[in-house]
Amino acid sequence: MKLRHIALTAALVVMPALAPSSTNAQDKSIVVASTTSTQDSGLFGHILPLFKARTGIDVKVIAQGTGQALDTGRRGDADVVFVHAKSQEEKFIADGFGVQRFDVMYNDFVLIGPKADPAKIKGSKDILTALKAIQLSSAPFVSRGDKSGTHAVELALWKSATLDPATAKPAWYKEIGQGMGAALNTSAAMSAYVLADRGTWISFKNKDALEIVVEGDKALFNQYGIMLVNPAKHPAVKKHLGQTFVDWIASAEGQNAIRSYKIDGQQLFFPNFDVGQIKKAG
Amino acid sequence: MDASSSLYLILSGDPTLYAIVRLSLIVTLSATILAGLIGLPLGAFVALTRFPGRDVVTVLLNGLMGLPPVVVGLLVYLALSRSGPLGFFGLLFTPQAMIIAQAMLITPIIAALTRQAIEDLWGEYREEFTAMDVPPLMRVRALLWDARFSLVTILLAGFGRAAAEVGAVMIVGGNIDGFTRVMTTTIALETSKGDLALALGLGVVLIAIILSVNALAWSIRQWAERYAG
Amino acid sequence: MRDDLENAAPLLVLDSVTVRAANTTLLDGVSLSVLAGAPTALIGPNGSGKTTLLRVMMGLVETASGRIERNNDTRAIVFQKPVMLRRTVADNVAFALLAASRPADHETISNLLAQVGLTGIANRPARKLSGGEQQRLGIARALARQPRLLLLDEATASLDPAQTSLIEELISAIADGGVKIIFATHDLGQARRLAGDVVFLVKGRVAEHAAAATFFNQPASKAARRFLAGDLVL
Repeated sequence: MKLRHIALTAALVVMPALAPSSTNAQDKSIVVASTTSTQDSGLFGHILPLFKARTGIDVKVIAQGTGQALDTGRRGDADVVFVHAKSQEEKFIADGFGVQRFDVMYNDFVLIGPKADPAKIKGSKDILTALKAIQLSSAPFVSRGDKSGTHAVELALWKSATLDPATAKPAWYKEIGQGMGAALNTSAAMSAYVLADRGTWISFKNKDALEIVVEGDKALFNQYGIMLVNPAKHPAVKKHLGQTFVDWIASAEGQNAIRSYKIDGQQLFFPNFDVGQIKKAG
Repeated sequence: MDASSSLYLILSGDPTLYAIVRLSLIVTLSATILAGLIGLPLGAFVALTRFPGRDVVTVLLNGLMGLPPVVVGLLVYLALSRSGPLGFFGLLFTPQAMIIAQAMLITPIIAALTRQAIEDLWGEYREEFTAMDVPPLMRVRALLWDARFSLVTILLAGFGRAAAEVGAVMIVGGNIDGFTRVMTTTIALETSKGDLALALGLGVVLIAIILSVNALAWSIRQWAERYAG
Repeated sequence: MRDDLENAAPLLVLDSVTVRAANTTLLDGVSLSVLAGAPTALIGPNGSGKTTLLRVMMGLVETASGRIERNNDTRAIVFQKPVMLRRTVADNVAFALLAASRPADHETISNLLAQVGLTGIANRPARKLSGGEQQRLGIARALARQPRLLLLDEATASLDPAQTSLIEELISAIADGGVKIIFATHDLGQARRLAGDVVFLVKGRVAEHAAAATFFNQPASKAARRFLAGDLVL
């Protein structure tokens, strides 16, 4: 008899925990699949409270690599996708998974390296020359290796320099398959070079003996785009709430929120939404 | 954030931190109860029933104790995704998904260990029960009750395993700020942001909780020895 | 009353019962009739099959050959080291009552505990009891079944003289109440004190079955004579 009572009590405790809480059911919330670099920079912590105050909508951010974020959108597990890999985003739209893509903000990439600078590239404004120097000196280089936006840019830069360490896999090229924060941690520990977005770099707390060695090259420009997941493909997508978020990011208020995010007085992201992007609904 | 300020944060009951710890405990506790409701009867059944394939099931349960959390996370993720078979529940990236994943992770542990405990006890009681002509249902209930201290220890072991894992809850929960962020995923996040002091502070809290659970298990055994034999 | 019982039908009949395990024969063609009345002692050297015979009588062992006839009388057994459930003394007795489909009310439990002299420690964890107390609890559990036939395997083997005489008093009292007792023992004095008849086993066979007085004073078999003289070496 005692056993039955215990089992019944246990079941009664578990049931409520398992039932979706009232904040789930018909709540005002959306899921945004974004990148680890956007999250790690702290941008969302700054702008999302402003969005919630304006609209009462909770934004749940899933921070993954760009590749995974787009996949999450393809599966219909997110309402909005907010990443920085333009060609992959355009394919996402072309394949019918997204409604439309908008530029909303940019920042730039920087090449981070050890103060000791074994490849002797510090102060350079030419990223391709710097990469060649790294290969020549076999200086350690950490790659994200995770199909992220940053990873895509890194691979494109190596290609432009007519080099391909990702295929050759020399000992100095270290693919870790993780996010920006992990890549920076690894570089600090190994005294290696690594390509990072400026936003994550500024907010990174474990800089150790690392510093910016190359910046300002036009090739390091990093554009962010936002897309509403196509409700025609996934009817469960919260299209009204999702569209509200897209609209707000594009609005003056949203763009100002992005502009106002600073760390140590430095602005991390530069809003660049252009009304001309909106296509008339067909 | 340096070490002393993160310690202050922890000790002063910062609300964000408190919410993270609270969610961790709710998720893992619920998962343990759910796994217990399934695993305890399952283990007892396998221990006491002769059926074809019993040995296979026993080996399977023992082997599944070592199920990697990330694999469980991936499987539950694929099942609960909108594109998956159970997508219409809309459970992905919620605490409920985390409870389900952790429950799946520790049910084999609870079932396998229960099977062992009940089988051992049955070995001890078998002759007496046969001589006393104890009916089957009464047999099962008597074994479960007499094994109660072992069973509680087994549940605590399941709790400890679930509390310590990060792979499953990260994948199915998404580590959403204020919604599915638990201690282990926060430690992973803070580490990746380079805030090692805060990550370490949370690690200390997590270890303290797991140690307390183990101390509880130990004192239950001591109490049992002294008062129930 | 005992005379009437002794003239009644046997409680249990074994006919050429053989029990085997692995490569050994534990019982070899045992034939035996158990009649109501005074307790029957089961004696013999170690390994002679006393425990096996008791377990056969309880229906716990499969026989390789032979027949067992019994009526539907309730039987109960107390093993040499009865297994205590991980609960109190009273709860152990309650368990036995419930298993026998009897109500486990306070009065019935108290009566059983009083019968075996365990009143006063009803709430102690059973596993904390001394050897003698555990034996008595085992007997209480057996009595809870209201058996007509009670089988005891070396009930006093590990007890001191004081505890032994307590148990022997109990056995006499139970037998006087009309329960047929078969008890295996190493203690020849105990057999003399309590038994009406003696079954003497050697290597799984019944070497002799006689009234107690006859067995101890004028044993018929050579084996019995040597055993009683302390000479039987196997």
